Amino acid sequence: MAVVKAPNKIRTSGLGSCVGVVLYDEKKNIAGLVHIMLPNSSLGKTTTINEAKFADTGIDTLIAKLKAEGVSPLRLKAKIAGGAQMFQFTVNKDVMRIGPRNVESVKNQLEKHRIPIVAEDTGGNSGRTIQFDPETNMLTIRTVNQGVCEI
Amino acid sequence: MKKITSLHLDVLKEIGNIGAAHAATSLSGLLGKKVDMRVPKVEMVDFTDMMELAGGPETVVVGIYLRIEGDIEGSMFFILPVEQATSLIRRLINDEQFEFSQKPEFELGLSAMQEMGNILSGSYLSALSDFTGLKIYPTVPGLSVDMFGAIISIGLIELSQIGDHVIVINTTIYEDGCCGREEVRGHFFLLPDPNSFEPLFKVLGVT
Repeated sequence: MAVVKAPNKIRTSGLGSCVGVVLYDEKKNIAGLVHIMLPNSSLGKTTTINEAKFADTGIDTLIAKLKAEGVSPLRLKAKIAGGAQMFQFTVNKDVMRIGPRNVESVKNQLEKHRIPIVAEDTGGNSGRTIQFDPETNMLTIRTVNQGVCEI
Repeated sequence: MKKITSLHLDVLKEIGNIGAAHAATSLSGLLGKKVDMRVPKVEMVDFTDMMELAGGPETVVVGIYLRIEGDIEGSMFFILPVEQATSLIRRLINDEQFEFSQKPEFELGLSAMQEMGNILSGSYLSALSDFTGLKIYPTVPGLSVDMFGAIISIGLIELSQIGDHVIVINTTIYEDGCCGREEVRGHFFLLPDPNSFEPLFKVLGVT
C-alpha cells in the first residue's frame, strides 16, 4: 500500500487473482494504491493481520492514509483492475474463485464508502501489471496477450 | 506451530531432493536425454521475495499448477521459461512451428505441456508419498502462460490467511545442452499449507 503525488507514479506488477485498487483525488493529484489478496479480513486466521491484504481493511486503511495527506474522502474516485482466474479448474473450491470474490468485495467496500468506480478492468484469465499516473488520472494496464491499454 | 529448526529444514530439503529426482528421471525418460538437478533450497520468504524466485513478477513463464489434497495439503508449481518450454514441446511432439498461443493448431502442444506437467508433478508427489507413507492426492494440473507473479499468487492465497511468509521447497532441474549450455531449466515449487508441516515432520520422526 502506498500514496503518491504527481509527478510520481504508482504501480504494481503481476496481478493475478489479486485486485489493484487505486483511489485518487483529481484536484490534488494524489493517488493511493492497495493490492488486495483476499476478500475479507475474517478469513485471516491470526489475531494480528496485515490490513493491506484484505478488501475491507485494506480500503479502510488506504482511505485513512489519504485523509492524513489532506484528501477529503468525498472527493475520492476509484479505478480497479485484476481479479483474474488464472487457472481453469473443475474442482469447486473457493480458493479457485478468489478473483471474482475479491472484485465483488472491493466493489461492496467502495460502495459503503460512496466512492464511485470510474473505470475497471477486472476478471478474465490474464495477469496484469498496472500503473497509475496522478497527473493524468489514467491507469495503464499491461497484459501478456493483449498488450497495453489505458482506462 | 513450534519453531522450525535447521533439522526441519533439512527434512524438507530431502523431500525436495527425492521428489525432484524422480521428476528429473521422468523428464529424462520423455526426452531420452540426461537431466540434472540442483541441490534443493528450502527458504522462508515473504511474498515479495517469492516473486523473485523465477525472475520477477512480470517475467512471462509457462506454469503448471496443482493442489495437493489428502494427509497433507498445499500447492505445487512447475515453472519453465517460455523459450525453453517451447523448445521442449517442439521436440516432444516433433513440430518445429509450435508456439505457446491460443491458436487451435497449437492445441496438441498445449495438451502435451499439460500432460508433461502431470507426469512430472505426479512422479514428484508419488515419490514423496512412498517416502512418507502419507496419502497425497494431486488435482488435475492447470496450465497458464502468463506473468510469474500472477501465476504464483494463487498458491499464496491459502497461506496469506495465516501470515505474510511462506516456506517454499524450491528445486531446479536442468538439461545439459551442447557447449556446456543449459537448455531446459525448470523450477518445482512446493508450498505446503501451514497445518501440513506437523503431519509431515511427525511421520519423518522430527518433532
